[in-house]
Amino acid sequence: MLAYLLKRLLWMVPLLIGISLISFFIMHLAPGDITTSEASFNPKASEESRQKLRALYNLDKPVIVQYGLWVKRMATLDFGTSFASHQRPVFWQTKDKDGNITLGMIQEALPITLLINLLSLGLIISVALPLGIISALKQNQLADRSITLFVFIGFAIPGFWLALILMYWTGVQHAWLPISGLESMGHENLSGLGQVADTLKHLILPVSISGLTGLAGISLFVRNGMLDVLHQDYITTARSKGLNENRVIYGHALRNALLPLITIFGLSIPGLIGGSVIAESIFAIPGMGKLFYDAVLMRDFPVIMGILTIGALLTMIGNLLADVAYAWADPRVRRGVIK
Amino acid sequence: MLLNIDQNRFLKPWLVLSFLMLITACENSSSSRPSGHVTDFSQHYPASNGGMLVDAMTGEPSGLIAMIAGESAASAIAGNIFNSLLKYDKNLDLTGELAKSWDISSDQRTITFHLKPQLKWADNQPLTSDDVLFTWQKVTDEKTRTPYGSDFKLVIKAETPDANTFKVTYAVPYAPALDTWAGLHILPKHLLKDQDINTTAFSRNPVGSHYYKLDRWKNGQYLKLTRNNNATQGQARIDSLLSRIIPDKASQFLELSADNIDSMGLNPIQYARIFPARPDLNHHIALYKELGNSYTYMGFNLKRKPFDDIRVRQAINYAIDKQEIIDGVLLGLGEPVASPYKPGTRWSNPALKPYPYDPNKARDLLKAAGYVDHDGDGILDKDGKPFSFEILTNQNKEREMTAVLIQRRLKDIGINANIRVLEWASFLGRFIKPKAFDVVVLGWGLSLDPDQYSIWHSSQQAPGQFNFIGYSNPQADKLLEAGRIELDPEKRMKIYHEFSKILLDDSPVVYLSAGYGLSAIHKRISGISNPAPPAGIGHNTYEWYIPKAYARNEINEQ
Amino acid sequence: MITMRRHPLAMIGFIIIASILLLALIAPWIAPYDPDAINVKAILLAPSHMHLMGTDGLGRDVFSRMLYGSRISLLVGFVAVGIATIIGIILGAIAGFYRGWVDTLIMRIVDIMLSIPTFFLILAVIAFLTPSIWNIMIVIGLTSWMGVTRLVRAEFLSLRQREFVLAAQALGAKDRRLIFTHLLPNSLTPIIVSSILGIASAVLVESGLSFLGLGVQAPQASWGNILTDGKEYIQFAWWLSLFPGLAILITVLGYNLLGDGLRDAYNPRSSQH
Repeated sequence: MLAYLLKRLLWMVPLLIGISLISFFIMHLAPGDITTSEASFNPKASEESRQKLRALYNLDKPVIVQYGLWVKRMATLDFGTSFASHQRPVFWQTKDKDGNITLGMIQEALPITLLINLLSLGLIISVALPLGIISALKQNQLADRSITLFVFIGFAIPGFWLALILMYWTGVQHAWLPISGLESMGHENLSGLGQVADTLKHLILPVSISGLTGLAGISLFVRNGMLDVLHQDYITTARSKGLNENRVIYGHALRNALLPLITIFGLSIPGLIGGSVIAESIFAIPGMGKLFYDAVLMRDFPVIMGILTIGALLTMIGNLLADVAYAWADPRVRRGVIK
Repeated sequence: MLLNIDQNRFLKPWLVLSFLMLITACENSSSSRPSGHVTDFSQHYPASNGGMLVDAMTGEPSGLIAMIAGESAASAIAGNIFNSLLKYDKNLDLTGELAKSWDISSDQRTITFHLKPQLKWADNQPLTSDDVLFTWQKVTDEKTRTPYGSDFKLVIKAETPDANTFKVTYAVPYAPALDTWAGLHILPKHLLKDQDINTTAFSRNPVGSHYYKLDRWKNGQYLKLTRNNNATQGQARIDSLLSRIIPDKASQFLELSADNIDSMGLNPIQYARIFPARPDLNHHIALYKELGNSYTYMGFNLKRKPFDDIRVRQAINYAIDKQEIIDGVLLGLGEPVASPYKPGTRWSNPALKPYPYDPNKARDLLKAAGYVDHDGDGILDKDGKPFSFEILTNQNKEREMTAVLIQRRLKDIGINANIRVLEWASFLGRFIKPKAFDVVVLGWGLSLDPDQYSIWHSSQQAPGQFNFIGYSNPQADKLLEAGRIELDPEKRMKIYHEFSKILLDDSPVVYLSAGYGLSAIHKRISGISNPAPPAGIGHNTYEWYIPKAYARNEINEQ
Repeated sequence: MITMRRHPLAMIGFIIIASILLLALIAPWIAPYDPDAINVKAILLAPSHMHLMGTDGLGRDVFSRMLYGSRISLLVGFVAVGIATIIGIILGAIAGFYRGWVDTLIMRIVDIMLSIPTFFLILAVIAFLTPSIWNIMIVIGLTSWMGVTRLVRAEFLSLRQREFVLAAQALGAKDRRLIFTHLLPNSLTPIIVSSILGIASAVLVESGLSFLGLGVQAPQASWGNILTDGKEYIQFAWWLSLFPGLAILITVLGYNLLGDGLRDAYNPRSSQH
């Protein structure tokens, strides 16, 4: 097991280098750089000054040299500063000599995205699990079919369209919920608990819409897993021994059917830090998706590379954790994994 | 549980009733908005101080030092915080802002600005000519990451004879000089002198001298400005300005409908179609339109055949129905233009008229240029090759629609045009810079200073420069050069009127339209000039006010 | 088909997809207007008997655009998934059949691809290729083959251990014969199911790309860009977003029901009951 872990961890190094190399080259081969944004297409901004900027950002050097510089910086865990955002640190805050703190861009966006994703993951699990179980137990009956239909509709509906409809209905027509943003006006005057409630209220729509989209995957997974298990020999044996049906289902079938879910959660770890550009634009939430999208459009290379690197690292850790957890949970698999 | 049946029977309807009341109460209280239609916004109240104006912007400023940030969101916010030496008044004439007056030397090379007395920064420190000099040093500093330095590098000497006087000398007279000083925000030396201007935290926590100062900047969410009690230009009436960052225009419009924001920019469909059909919105929202700041054009790549042929360019100009574009894309909310200057201003030549829509004339001109439909396929051809090209534009709904309308009109006279729409960086990097396009639909600003040397002068064609269509006319070059050193407005006007005429005759671009600036502002905001003066409704925001009776309910007041 | 009858949802899915395909095929004959015909005098008309689904911001008939747009949207799904499936089968087969270092290499490439956000890949490729419908399809295809690869590899790995394959191998069957007559045909069902589900996702991806302005470009109509055009007028010109929104919903639902039903029907365990 230890050797296996070590091998996987070692593999991460070349993978990370591969990913960063590919990303770096894709990024630089795409046309344009920070000096070609729409805002700088202004007759008052001269081409000489733009060339000067390019030199200041090392953009005039060959790509491989720029990559070398980036790796050198990353070796000291320095993510650099954003080109576009007045040199804000990409990852973590910095302090200038007067003691003014400038917060990092990822530092600010990540907690928001994490919160939303964790909330919607919680919502998905708490709704999809029972739906999946009911579906499996009532296989091919009306309940099963309605659930299947419902979760598929959730998956199939274009998210931003549903979002706008719900914003109009709950925000404009009825004022039940805030429309966009994370805080109401006067948020800072609320009590601590009031602030939390206010922000949660703002998150109801984004979280439920992203939850609705993700329902289908998990609930069908649980359903099919349960069905597979329910037809296994040992369940038949347990039943024939006259074991209580509830114990059969919840004691045996469910536990085994949920095993593969561990893998799914491991795989969703990188997803937790990736926000959705579309949802964040519609709901005016300053999360990771919008940060990344804007960085790509602005060709803000340090930010793009920072997010990609952190994302890749988390993906690999997530995969590893998923495999390890799965092996730990199921001794049958452990042997296979070690081999 | 001690309730007997009778009591129960009595209670039930009461419960239902109270439940209903609760619901209706919720619905009413939830909306500080028209739902109750209690507030009548047609009342007129005298000007008073107080209140908060909430607006929305699609992007977040990257910083509030405009010379470095550059994007429109930054200029919009920084414009409320910082002053320049000069400003444009409501008729778009230059007037003093920090400067009370300025003199120009007889050789027209030296400008002396006299600052108003007793100017102060928001932190109570005096604002002097030293700050102006410091700002000039910064904008021209090689290490400063600004693309706007070149205008200021023309200054060969900058001096501060005393605390209220700032003097700049140019090598040769530079007519756009005053305009450039109207665009440079003066920065406080005492806070920035030891800082690296490129990275300083000051850009997110600025101290200025204008009507407002930054109160709170919640990244990605909003910026809140409050009144600066030391403001150099007097006191603004509205207490605070809150600018929310809402990237999606559809969401902005929902927020406006729900009365969560007071103002936003509109597109023509919202202005001309949605509002007239929605009395509930008109009840509390007023619409404003003002002269636009830019025009849309179709530019030919003059280095490519057949666009080097003036007959072809003019033919295409005649073949495009500009009024149709204004009606179809802008729903009538725009004007045709015949020069790159704001219609109705001094620099715009009133004698010039756009090419009329005349497909027959277009056909004749094309025939003269050798384009005839020899093979009868409906497409003109010459030397066996059909007349076909690509219209390139960037992702911009109005430009896309414009291109579609042009495509159809060109088809009418037998020209086959395809449309290609691109994301900005690719558009610029792959097509405009290497000049790998046939025809481009784009926009230029209608600048307040008439100098457009960098757009039309033949020397400005290197990759990355702005004369990417390759326009080159010695006569126009001469006029552009003359206009840059002539400071007398009357003579300058003549120069640019003549330049505009040459430009129109040469037809290197087809002027398509200049759309109006359209905005929706809540009626609680009073004191807005309507109709808008040439400078637009925003020229007197400091005089806008919110009568107490109309103020928005905020959570903290409950 | 016999098993399908026991799966009414799959049947519904099949009917939905078949009718939409039919509508897309006969679009030129049933579209009442030229989908690109502009009429600036008929901007944003509400649905009526003249314009079944109203008109858009340039006075074009939304119904006709929806019909023609269905061709684009469906084509995007088919071609993109076709590309992804072909790449996936080839790489998955190689990895699953030969195992060893080829397998490791391919699976690590899959890992790399999976850890770079799809949207970034799409944006990068679009920046090279410039957006056109063919490029959109290629891009979606090139960025979505990883799932199929994993699936095919897993199928091959397990099939290789089965008696009939081992027997054929013992009898001296060549690799090519083994792959094409034994392994591939037996993994076809899960591949087809995943392709059908993939088409559903591709249709959604196209609408998402349109929202970001990276999808099928004007003047060509696709459901995604009609929906995006309509989003700003959702309170007023509801028909601009309702019809494309519903069309995407129904189509994606149809593919999902069909795919899921097929999976159910061919999974011996879950279908017997």
